[in-house]
Amino acid sequence: MANPMKIRATVKEGVTEVKILMQHEMETGLRKEADGTLVPAWFITEVKAQYQGRTVLEAQFGQSVSKNPYLLFRFKGGAAGEKVSVSWVDNKGESRSDEATIAA
Amino acid sequence: MSNEVDLGRRKALQSGGGMSLLALFGGLSLLRSGDVLAEWNKAAFSSKAVDEAFGSMGATNPENNAALIQLTVPEIAENGAVVPVTVSSSLPNVEQIAILVDKNPSVLAASFTIPQGTEAMVTTRVKMGQTANVVALVKSNGKFYRMAKEVKVTAGGCGG
Repeated sequence: MANPMKIRATVKEGVTEVKILMQHEMETGLRKEADGTLVPAWFITEVKAQYQGRTVLEAQFGQSVSKNPYLLFRFKGGAAGEKVSVSWVDNKGESRSDEATIAA
Repeated sequence: MSNEVDLGRRKALQSGGGMSLLALFGGLSLLRSGDVLAEWNKAAFSSKAVDEAFGSMGATNPENNAALIQLTVPEIAENGAVVPVTVSSSLPNVEQIAILVDKNPSVLAASFTIPQGTEAMVTTRVKMGQTANVVALVKSNGKFYRMAKEVKVTAGGCGG
C-alpha cells in the first residue's frame, strides 16, 4: 500500500491553508534504467481534498509533476479541531486517503 | 505534524486488520462519494504542444493577461526535477487553474478545479527537462486567460 501523505492544515482569520506532501515516484515513462530498459509511467492522476463533505480542491496531474507531489491551497472556513481529508489515485489504480486535523 | 500522522498510523495498525480494511474502504468511498470526479483529461495530458493542450481543455486562444494572473517561478532552477510554481489570480470566479511547461514531452503538468470558497491560488512543484516557459492558464467566469514566464534550467529534471 502506498505511503501516507503529510497534511498540514492551519486556520487563520477564517481561511484554512492546506499543505500536502504525497509520497509517490511520479515516473514519467521516459526515464531509462542504467541497462537501458524504460521505466513504465507511474504517476498520480487525480487528487481530491474535502472538508466536511465539501470538495475544496480537485486536481488532475500529468507526468510533469515532481516526485513526491506538493500542494498548497486555501479555502474559506474551517475551525481548529475539524478535519480535512485528501485522496489520490494513480494511473495503476492505486489510491491513498489521509486526513489531518485543522490547527489554529 | 509528522508525529500526528505517525500516531494516527500507529493507532490504525494497533486496532488490527479489520480496522485497516475499514480505513481502506473508507478511502475508496471518499474518492467516489459526493460530486463525481471529472474524468482525467487524457487528451490534454498527452498533448505535445501548449496550443494542443489548450484545445483539449476547451481553451482556444486564451487572452494573454499578465496583470490579472500572478505566476511565481524561480528565474533560474538549478534542479529541474523540482521547480516550485505558484499561480494566483485576482480574476473573479476562478473555476480552473492549469500549469504547463512548453518544452516538456507532455506539456500539461497539472490542472486544478477551484470550487467556490477556495482561493484562486495554488502552489505545486513541477519537473522541467530544459529551459522553458511555464504557462499558467486560468478560467474565470467561463473565459480563459494565460500568462507565461521563462525558467532557466541548469540541470534537467527528467532523468535519462
